[in-house]
Amino acid sequence: MATAGGTPAAAGDNLKRLTDLYRMMVRIRTFEETALEAYKAGEIPGPLHVSFGQEAIPSGVCASLRTDDRLTSNHRGHGHALAKGADAATMYLELYGREGGYCRGKGGSMHIADFSVGMLGANGVVAGGLPIAVGAAQGLKLLKSDAIVVCMFGDGATNRGPYLEALNWAAIYTLPVLFVCEDNGVAAHTETRTVTAGEGPAARANAIGVPAVTIDGNDALAVEETAARLVAEIRAGRGPRMIHAKTYRWCGHTATDAAAWRDPKQVEAAKTRCPIARLKAVLIERGVAAASLDDISSAARDEMQTGRAGAHAAPWPGMASAFEDVQDAGAVHG
Amino acid sequence: MVETTLVEAGRLAVLQEMRRDPRVWVLGEDVGRGGLWGQYRGMLEEFGPERIVSTPIAESTIMGAGLGAALVGTRPIIEMRMFDFVMCAMDELVNQIAKVRYMFGGQAKPAVVVRMPHGMWRNSAAQHSQMLEAWFAHLPGVVVVAPSNAEDEAGLLVSAIRSDDPVLFFDPKDLWLAPGAIADGEIAPIPFGKARHARQGDALTIVTWSAIVPNVLAAADQLTSEGIKVDVLDLRTIWPWDQDAVAASLARTKRLLVVHEAVEVGGFGAEVIASMIDRLGPSAIKVAKRLGAPRIPVPFAPPLENEVRISPAKIVAAAKAAMA
Repeated sequence: MATAGGTPAAAGDNLKRLTDLYRMMVRIRTFEETALEAYKAGEIPGPLHVSFGQEAIPSGVCASLRTDDRLTSNHRGHGHALAKGADAATMYLELYGREGGYCRGKGGSMHIADFSVGMLGANGVVAGGLPIAVGAAQGLKLLKSDAIVVCMFGDGATNRGPYLEALNWAAIYTLPVLFVCEDNGVAAHTETRTVTAGEGPAARANAIGVPAVTIDGNDALAVEETAARLVAEIRAGRGPRMIHAKTYRWCGHTATDAAAWRDPKQVEAAKTRCPIARLKAVLIERGVAAASLDDISSAARDEMQTGRAGAHAAPWPGMASAFEDVQDAGAVHG
Repeated sequence: MVETTLVEAGRLAVLQEMRRDPRVWVLGEDVGRGGLWGQYRGMLEEFGPERIVSTPIAESTIMGAGLGAALVGTRPIIEMRMFDFVMCAMDELVNQIAKVRYMFGGQAKPAVVVRMPHGMWRNSAAQHSQMLEAWFAHLPGVVVVAPSNAEDEAGLLVSAIRSDDPVLFFDPKDLWLAPGAIADGEIAPIPFGKARHARQGDALTIVTWSAIVPNVLAAADQLTSEGIKVDVLDLRTIWPWDQDAVAASLARTKRLLVVHEAVEVGGFGAEVIASMIDRLGPSAIKVAKRLGAPRIPVPFAPPLENEVRISPAKIVAAAKAAMA
């Protein structure tokens, strides 16, 4: 396992690539910090699930993807959408429920999708994306495409039936799917280890016939290198693979959840393993000027503040849109 | 016309559409062996295992994979084997398929057909006999199709496969082998929301659909022989449904009887009656009655199952009560 403490990456390691990886992680962090501020200010309605501490996983995985590769996400999916190429300002519009948002204000934080960049949607149901991901891969195979599908889900999803079904499905049909289990150790408000038998997500995947590797999900280099290798294997037609990325969720389940059940020391300890700080240390060690990293942070703040302000000022959707995009035949009134 | 069975009419419709559009494919248990009733007989040989996909018994993923494949531009036919098994795939159907277009602001069009052979079938008991089509008429985002004969099975299946909407297609499995006929040559699509005017009369409007239609027609013929000419409308699709045809018939008859095999309580018959009272006003309708199954699971023993079935005699009695 590579560590972000200075171990050289195996292949194609260069500062531009690492800086891009760093920039994406900072953008995800800043997007969610800004969203949380707006939420606390009462500007964003509905539930908001943030992913502080998990930014290395979507950033590292999506670094190896093409725009026409597809991705299915879950309820904690802001980072997945940004890493797949979605636009932050359009995402804010959706978080605010405004006209011009990705879903025209009909989805919100839990349902952000951008089909134009292959982001097939966040999902409000744990494990909901797993069957969809394998079907997308099957469809792409039928269409003779060499695009692949990435399926992001949490450790909580591995106790639901679709985990077994979808992994088995991908294996028997040799489908181009990269399963990515973001194991933050908590399923909603319950520590996953207390409700899970056996050796965990990777062992289950291997038993089904989907080769799985467990990595430190807070090590951006490890995530990026592992994903690059597995994506290449999948694109070569070798069937599904899985990354089991261990991480830690700094925040509660939702923006209003203080996660008071856990020892604050646990969270403080997790923050010392911050994936962004770790990659920053690597970049500085390799000669990147601290000022240029500060520029990345300040550009991200500008981008997100602009997006937030634009969304806050944007109009609500027209009322007629509530009745649109239901279905073609028999919409609203049969 | 060509004489055929309902199951074969459906097979010919799928065959026609798969030859016409390479994006159409089938997934479900045992479809490579022709399906449980031969709905897909011979298709593996013609289209190969990538388009006739025999799957594990994994309903959640059969349904969800169909959706995923639709999201990348293919047009899957999702075979559920038995309607009752859709209960294992309700998240994928209700939370995902029915919602993605709306929830994603129109980015997605989940063009799937979900075939669900439903209804009572040879003493198959409570988990292989249900008719819950009303649940799905209640669900925004889907089309609900429930044909009763070979011609409608074929024409509605063609429409379903060509539709960009998710179409829940309830095959009436008790009628698989009922003799029927379809047109020579190309099977033309039958539009959703157009009832079939199965019998003409001015005494009473009977609205019905799916597997019970033959019994309704038998009852109508008996009533005719007794001098009571009833209007029979086979809705064919219950969402959308042909409110204009029912209203036009009621304008003549003023009397309405809805007959369905599903449980009467909370059934779609209640929706038909309520809609017509809203539309025409209570004074325009002299009688509005429902005839459906009692609110019990379908029993196994043949005499008990027969007790639950809506026989022509029960329909005749209900019609006469509505005429009183």
